[in-house]
Amino acid sequence: MGEASKVSRYLYTVIVLFLIWLFLTASLDPQEMLVGLLLALIVGAFTYEIFTTNGLANLSPRRIVYAIAYVPYFLWAMIMANLDVAYRVLHPKRPINPGIVECRTVLKSDVGKLALANSITLTPGTITLDVDGDRYFIHWIDVKDASVEGASRNITAPFEKFLKVIFG
Amino acid sequence: MNAFAITGEILVLIGTFFYMLSALGLIRMPDVYNRMQTSTKSATLGSLGVMIGVGIWALGTDFGSVAWFTKTLVIAIFLLLTNPISAHALIRAAYRNGIPLWEGSVVDRYREHMEAKKEEGDEE
Repeated sequence: MGEASKVSRYLYTVIVLFLIWLFLTASLDPQEMLVGLLLALIVGAFTYEIFTTNGLANLSPRRIVYAIAYVPYFLWAMIMANLDVAYRVLHPKRPINPGIVECRTVLKSDVGKLALANSITLTPGTITLDVDGDRYFIHWIDVKDASVEGASRNITAPFEKFLKVIFG
Repeated sequence: MNAFAITGEILVLIGTFFYMLSALGLIRMPDVYNRMQTSTKSATLGSLGVMIGVGIWALGTDFGSVAWFTKTLVIAIFLLLTNPISAHALIRAAYRNGIPLWEGSVVDRYREHMEAKKEEGDEE
């Protein structure tokens, strides 16, 4: 994916910063919003180069819909992960079967890989150890399938269908 | 006492329960990698529960306003994004420093990968 124009990247940074300001102040007073907008413009000018490479393309409706749909899906996976951890910690025999497996991903962008790594860390029984190109090395607490294809199907595939659309 | 306050109290209770599980996991698990597994996940969800719970709780009280909820929401999202990264950094540093896996571990693909990489480097 090529880089977007500077204006588009700058505007995207300012929008994100201003949204964070709105949430932090939690007030719609015009004076506070003006100061927030000014600060967002200044901070955006310094940071837009490292903040984003896609610019306003991140705000396309399709991506936003998928991102919103991803939130409950991810939270559900996270709650399942914690119940799983609870079971393993409280069970008297401590049923763990750990190991480090390798996965492949189809994601191309760096942000997408970061999001996938974070999602893997917070979902059932897996934690990302290292990422090298499209290969993920994952510490799995209960290894069911040590092959590359099997591990990918079990760990990364459920998230990729969302993240492929959101980040490309 | 109203619906917001009750929901908030229940969320805080669930959050503290997962905090306790996280601490218990540190004692029960055999090696550093499995400890990271249990502590990261439970501590993250526990924090989410407590923070969002406090935000919703404040919606239902006299002193509270929506400002509490938006602030706790920002803090919760920040934690959700940064906690797994710190876990990843810690576990990777542990592996690079040669801390061995538990003897019950079944497979270690990362060692094979590192050795293959080292051999490639020698040939060049």
